[in-house]
Amino acid sequence: MYALEALNVSKTYINHKALDDVSIQVAEKSIFGLLGPNGAGKTTLIRIINQISVMDEGRILLNGKNIKPSDTALIGYLPEERGLYKKMKVGEQAVYLAQLKGLKRVDAIKELKIWFEKFEIGSWWNKKVEELSKGMQQKVQFIATVMHRPKLLIFDEPFSGFDPINVNLLKQEILNLREEGATVIFSTHNMASVEELCDNIALVNKSKVILSGEINQVKEKFKPNIFKIEYNISGDLELENDKFEIVSSQQINGLKSSNIRLMNDANSSELIEKLNSQCEIKSFNEILPSINDIFISEVEGNDISTIY
Amino acid sequence: MNKIFLIIQREYLSRVKKKSFIIMTFLGPILMAAMIILPSFLADWSEATHKNVAVLDETGWYYEKFKDQENISFYHVHNDLETDKEKALYEKGHILLYIPKTELNIPVYAELFSTKQPGLNLTSYIKNVMKSEAENKKLVASGIDPNVIKSSKVKINLSTIRVEEGGIEKKSNTEVEVGLAIFAGIMIYFFIFMFGAQVLKGVMEEKQNRIVEVILASVKPFQLMMGKIVGIALVGLTQFLLWILLTGVILGIFQSGIFGGDSGMMDMLSQNQITSSTPTEITAGDPFMMVSEIISGINFKVMIFSFLFYFLGGYLLFASLFAAIGGAVDHDADTQQFMFPVSIPLIFSVAMSGLIINQPDSSLSVFLSMFPLTSPVIMMIRIPFGVPIWQIATSMSLLIAGFVISTWMAGKIYRTGILMYGQKVNYAIMWKWLRYRH
Repeated sequence: MYALEALNVSKTYINHKALDDVSIQVAEKSIFGLLGPNGAGKTTLIRIINQISVMDEGRILLNGKNIKPSDTALIGYLPEERGLYKKMKVGEQAVYLAQLKGLKRVDAIKELKIWFEKFEIGSWWNKKVEELSKGMQQKVQFIATVMHRPKLLIFDEPFSGFDPINVNLLKQEILNLREEGATVIFSTHNMASVEELCDNIALVNKSKVILSGEINQVKEKFKPNIFKIEYNISGDLELENDKFEIVSSQQINGLKSSNIRLMNDANSSELIEKLNSQCEIKSFNEILPSINDIFISEVEGNDISTIY
Repeated sequence: MNKIFLIIQREYLSRVKKKSFIIMTFLGPILMAAMIILPSFLADWSEATHKNVAVLDETGWYYEKFKDQENISFYHVHNDLETDKEKALYEKGHILLYIPKTELNIPVYAELFSTKQPGLNLTSYIKNVMKSEAENKKLVASGIDPNVIKSSKVKINLSTIRVEEGGIEKKSNTEVEVGLAIFAGIMIYFFIFMFGAQVLKGVMEEKQNRIVEVILASVKPFQLMMGKIVGIALVGLTQFLLWILLTGVILGIFQSGIFGGDSGMMDMLSQNQITSSTPTEITAGDPFMMVSEIISGINFKVMIFSFLFYFLGGYLLFASLFAAIGGAVDHDADTQQFMFPVSIPLIFSVAMSGLIINQPDSSLSVFLSMFPLTSPVIMMIRIPFGVPIWQIATSMSLLIAGFVISTWMAGKIYRTGILMYGQKVNYAIMWKWLRYRH
């Protein structure tokens, strides 16, 4: 069963179409990347899932059922545009936000104390938000997003503005939450930042999903069949032109390195055989495209292999 | 419902705990009580010191006529001006009244030497004595007996009696009513602006802080807007009730301490039953009793109830418009162009108050007290003069309808605007938001 499904969602603002027949499926306990450039419609879709905006057409299913207003308690949302009440005390504010998510005051305080200890910010409880640095405020915002132990976590541009140490802390916590049974959605234009975390992705461009699926399958589908080989050789490599194409070659510190493309159903074993007879192989790797590369080639309509 | 309660609670507590609120709460009543108490207190105090006046009367006309008063003693001196001045002022610290010799038939000129301000009661006493003496002398010189003139003097007291349906007669005194009307009108204006501005500020703060999207992931935009408006309304009511209570307490303390006994402001204020009496009874009473009777003729229960109603109704109407503005704009500077047209009806109402007071029952007054944007101020001005129940009921119903419509409109502009950043907002855009189907 899917934790979240968006089915044929469309949304039109006054003068432009923000979402055009968008569908995504997010498997339970997975990490899902909603990727795309700025203005593609990611935030609009997320606001619809959070019931901040209303869709014109389509359906949103949470755990297989149509989403309803009380479901906001099941979702934790860290928006891209995020902030806190500056004059309010940190603890009081976190308790307030937890109560709005449906937690009882006593439970909220208990839960928050645990999180504050974990993030080593217990001493901030009675400080005003304006006294905290930006990085400190972000920790509080993160806690406010997850403290009610939501089944579905949505992070919009989660790592923008965080320093690298906090980014690692956050990534670790998000993985922990997934272990505990949460489903996670990342929305970002910075694809490199979440690529390693995601199980599934959907690429959104100009209000439409242009590509979606399991991340390894997507990469498999778009891989250029190019292998990067480092080797020692006295002369030149001799390969059958109808099966292997040397895309590029270079020599670094006496070690030769070439990118070789397989063609006409040639496979990597054949290539290794060929190479073994001619040279000493130091390393042999298949070049897999990054999601960023795939995205750029898809958006611009280029063949991905031209990049290498 | 639970969530809107949480929002109201936060809005209320975060403001009531503020230092500025606590200061205003105590400062307001102290100022109001001071306004009531100080004039009489100061008057009492300045009269309290005893004054000695040396009289150097070269004409010999007046010195016998000055009689010792409660705080003033007169005595005669017979030397020349310089000597007596030296003696009275510098040696004894007294006051010197010098009436120089004159070529005129009747001397009407005098000089009062003093090292301090002599006080209004002293100068007016001296003037009165000299005036009546000089007048008498003139009358005698013309062969008229001053007693004839005295007995022929009459004083006219004109009381206006408003006869209401059912024949109940109420005395009315315009001066007291004008005072109350202006006070009530200004208070409504002040309260609506002060707490309406807090709504605007609060909404803008949430938008500028970027916390609004976090909150909206838990509650509906309308809940957030209404929670804020209601929370701040409760702050306003708390302040108002504390003011009344504290002013009462302060006046009570002064009344028992200074005025003593049972004849004080608070007694007059606490009498709020409609009294009916005949004109002869009023003219018979002394001026102090007259004011007291008039005040008790104004129905304070109606005044306070309608003040609360028009404050709440007017506030809800304007606060929702302020909330819409706060939701629509990004920067403080952009609020001005939208604040101005919203404020115009309120400022206009206050500007019209003079006209309304002169003709509280004119058709213009009645219209303005019905129209929801002006009725809170204008109706409060009219009420001390007496307004038929049907007019109050109509005006109140229209005000309720007014704020339902304005809240509905504001809700639409607010929910679109609050998540819109970097958009230069104008009326055309707001109009689009208003018609936008969510």
